[in-house]
Amino acid sequence: MIPFTYARAGDAADAVRLGGATDAKYLGGGTNLVDLLRETIERPAALVDVTGLSSAIEERENGGLLIGAAARNTAVAEHRFVRTRYPVLSRAILAGGSAQIRNMATVGGNILQRTRCPYFYDADGFRCNKRNPGQGCDARDGFNRTHAILGASSACVAVHPSDMCVALAALDADVHLRGAAGTRTVPLTELHRLPGDHPEIETVLEPGELITTVELPAPPPKTRSLYRKVRDRASYAFALVSVAAVLGVEDGRVTDVRLALGGVAPKPWRARTAENALTGGPATTQAFRAAAEAELADAIPLRDNGFKVELAKRTITAVLGELAGGQA
Amino acid sequence: MSSAHDSTVTTEPEGPVALGPHSWESGERPDPLASRRGRVGAPVSRLDGPLKVRGKAPYAAEFPLDDMVYAALVFSTIAKGRIATLDTAAAEAAPGVVLVMTYRNAPRMRPMQLFGSSEKAGGGDTMPIMQDERVYWNGQPVALVLAETQEQADHAASLVGPTYQAEHAVTSFAEAKAAGTDTAEFQLPLHLEIGDAEGALSAAAVSVDVGFRTPPHNHNAIEPHASTVAWYGDELVVHDATQIVSHTAWTLAHILGIDESQVHVTSPFVGGGFGGKLVSQHQVLAAAAARIAGRPVRIAVSREGVYRLIGGRARTEQRVAIGAAEDGRFTALIHTGTHATTRNNLWPEPFVLATHSHYAAETFLLDVQMAYLDMVANGSMRAPGGAVGVHALECAVDELAVTLGMDPVELRIRNEPTTGPTDGRPFSSRHVVEAWRAGAERFGWAERNPVPGSVRDGEWLVGMGCAAASHPYVRFPGGAARITLSDDGSARVEVAAHDMGMGTETAQAQVVAERLGLEPDEVSFEYGDSALPGLVPAAGSQQSASIGAAVVSAQHALVGELLKLVGDDSPLAGLEADEIGTLDGGLAKLDEPERHESYASILSRAGRDELTVEASGPPPLEMMNWSMHSFGAMFCEVRVNEVTGEVRVSRFLGSIDCGRVLNAKTAASQIRGGIIMGLGLALMEETQFDERNGRILNASLAEYHVPVHLDVPQIDLIWNDIPDPYAPVGARGIGELGITGAGPAVANAIYNATGKRIRDLPITLDTLL
Repeated sequence: MIPFTYARAGDAADAVRLGGATDAKYLGGGTNLVDLLRETIERPAALVDVTGLSSAIEERENGGLLIGAAARNTAVAEHRFVRTRYPVLSRAILAGGSAQIRNMATVGGNILQRTRCPYFYDADGFRCNKRNPGQGCDARDGFNRTHAILGASSACVAVHPSDMCVALAALDADVHLRGAAGTRTVPLTELHRLPGDHPEIETVLEPGELITTVELPAPPPKTRSLYRKVRDRASYAFALVSVAAVLGVEDGRVTDVRLALGGVAPKPWRARTAENALTGGPATTQAFRAAAEAELADAIPLRDNGFKVELAKRTITAVLGELAGGQA
Repeated sequence: MSSAHDSTVTTEPEGPVALGPHSWESGERPDPLASRRGRVGAPVSRLDGPLKVRGKAPYAAEFPLDDMVYAALVFSTIAKGRIATLDTAAAEAAPGVVLVMTYRNAPRMRPMQLFGSSEKAGGGDTMPIMQDERVYWNGQPVALVLAETQEQADHAASLVGPTYQAEHAVTSFAEAKAAGTDTAEFQLPLHLEIGDAEGALSAAAVSVDVGFRTPPHNHNAIEPHASTVAWYGDELVVHDATQIVSHTAWTLAHILGIDESQVHVTSPFVGGGFGGKLVSQHQVLAAAAARIAGRPVRIAVSREGVYRLIGGRARTEQRVAIGAAEDGRFTALIHTGTHATTRNNLWPEPFVLATHSHYAAETFLLDVQMAYLDMVANGSMRAPGGAVGVHALECAVDELAVTLGMDPVELRIRNEPTTGPTDGRPFSSRHVVEAWRAGAERFGWAERNPVPGSVRDGEWLVGMGCAAASHPYVRFPGGAARITLSDDGSARVEVAAHDMGMGTETAQAQVVAERLGLEPDEVSFEYGDSALPGLVPAAGSQQSASIGAAVVSAQHALVGELLKLVGDDSPLAGLEADEIGTLDGGLAKLDEPERHESYASILSRAGRDELTVEASGPPPLEMMNWSMHSFGAMFCEVRVNEVTGEVRVSRFLGSIDCGRVLNAKTAASQIRGGIIMGLGLALMEETQFDERNGRILNASLAEYHVPVHLDVPQIDLIWNDIPDPYAPVGARGIGELGITGAGPAVANAIYNATGKRIRDLPITLDTLL
């Protein structure tokens, strides 16, 4: 760990002022950042603790929900309104980490957590373009069973590890930001960047910009939602493939579908191709499978992760089938 | 059969307990405790449990010493070559830094002597320890930093940036095999031929001939390796996490060039050993740095550091071929293969060991080859050879059962040997068939549908599998014990033994109480200190046997001394030791128990405050005369998700034939722990050794998967509790038994569920899609 200064922000304005300093980092629950500090992968000069900022979870008059970025993952997952109106979000959060980690981790920190690519983590032993831009990527031809099949680049094949974000992507969440230049709102699906030639730049956040709130629109009427995570053991493992889905079916036809994938791409992967293929069409296993095939048509498997293509197709089909089955 | 959940404690009087035998090989006079009920086997809760749950049990990294400094290690990042530059200036200038030790300023030290090469040697490899600029493996310690706080030491360590001149390293298994292999040795060469096995295989009516690959595995005890060391003048005190206190003391003395008597090692609490906590470089480097700095040193190896420093289970490629007659009798049993290793390394992966003892066969061919890589030296890891060797053997037997159309339990019983299959020695005690029958009945094996893929529950395919487990009985020479009797009638038993969490203190206290005729609260069992008697490694599942034999010998000495003390007016006057037993806090005539005098009375009448005796156990000749093994019949039910390939183990039963059980509660925990490791072996454990640079990639518990609670079902255990007449207390070892047999039971259940044979471990979901 490299020495750094520590300051606790009193409010968002205070945080943005402190966070504007050179090499400052915002600190949430620390469940990822502190690990990276210990590994000297993150080397901030200053930490700005933002866990004292808003952690409120407020129901909106429009039927939506506002979640303070400092809200703990556990608080969101257990919130009555979340459990009843956005079960996909509650389930996704509970599928991640451990109870201890969820008790510490914040919503803002979860969104901004960094990849768990083990080549990224071993700063002494391997090359990584995300850690050291231009150095090269040892994951591409190494152990890459857990790596990306969609949206990767020659520079980086790491996946975004969050479960929560997959549900937020499916729920059309907006992320409210505050920076030196004021406030703005970015859809969650547009917050994370694909790696391209610059895998070190992971989001559209400007330096010093802070996530203050996550906003969920009202859940679409007459829909059901589900999160399914497939992993190498029953708990405490990152997704090989996960699927968050919101589905509405009437008279055997898909009226509304929002689908997002985790564990397969450098960002929470909103599956618009599959959604377009499904909307208005029949809610049948064949249609679900065909939509999954379409979504994965551009998948580029690596040495060890070819199974993810079929696994993603099967999991999408099964999740949609389960949601449709309940409404048939 | 008794269930692990039985909690009956028989307390009705059984008369005096006679003294145990003077030797163990004849069996003419088995240990009287072996057949005695009472305290032996009672499910006593751990004596140190309250201490541990309150955080009051001092582990090796928790001894606070005045003026202590903290150590951090810097590990090499190449697999072979030389350190080119090693600039320590920045680290030395960092806040709080007391010392940066490298090969330039480390004291001259000898390499370790290998465990087994002399009576007290405890090393696992003979690599130089920070003596020059050579690098032998990716992860070798190249510098050690001492600082006032752990954080300062860690930070300074990150400022040491060695550069290297790399040389070609052999980090590819294929390249290593192509360069030539040697026959492995484990006391004897691991090669055996009985008859023409290949010919018998070719001629067999039915046969299987299959290959298995198992990945390397690393140690992940819950407590990473740690030591707190201090020099007091020329005396070195080491508070260590070790399975071999006496060997550690001797080995450190040898390396440092001082006398054995100058090193004192304590290890009161250890958070799991599994063969990984012997002598490795961290204790040596900490002792050397403490000497240079003139300050006590705490070295708490990081989780990553354990992967870099401590070798685990070797990667293997195995072939198992079985030829059988139509009735299932084995005519040929072939088990051969190659494992990765390093030069200068003690530990082979003797994966054919169990194949010597599981089944009768007309012909045998067993062979273990080693291929040499540049990597951290292999260590011993729970059930060396057994964990991965039994897996291959027992999966192949299951395949043969399918080929024959026989029930796999019946096939195993059909090939039950009457004597040791490869050495002809009589079994000391073998009740494998009873274990199979009892296990099958309790598990509901008869309900199994032998047709793969035929049982379904929604998305889940359900299957059952079984496998045999075994581990050899071992008792190392050198066990000794000291008994001190006080005039209040209490006894203290001292052995340089170990408790890595398995309940040694608890089980031994209850055995000793029963043996000496005392109440448990009148007995204390002291262990974990090199100043105590005996060479008693907690390794090879042998510790209970070693302690048991030593305590029996010490008791002979004790009774001899007591009989010298009794006066003419004692009820015991004129009796010989072989007429005497223990009863009610004293001695009594075996066939006239009313002729009794308490220990307190004997000592007080003799005017003694206490009486101390010490004795060594006799040589372990029982191992030479008899085929001695612990056995188990493992049964498993799995559910395999047809959509995702996910595997869930839904039921598990171990039916155990290990002789007497000393403590039903701690024994069950130990066997369950082994079985859980077996589930991990089958389904998820794998060290990712990147062959491009010889570096372990997944050096963390996040990326190296072991089972979590949700992966582990309730594990049912039964045991027959039949005493082994040649073993102290009638008990054979259980430490390593559980992991053997558990993995193949899972793999065979997966086959029954899905019809898929996955012969390469681990069986991850992608192999089942």
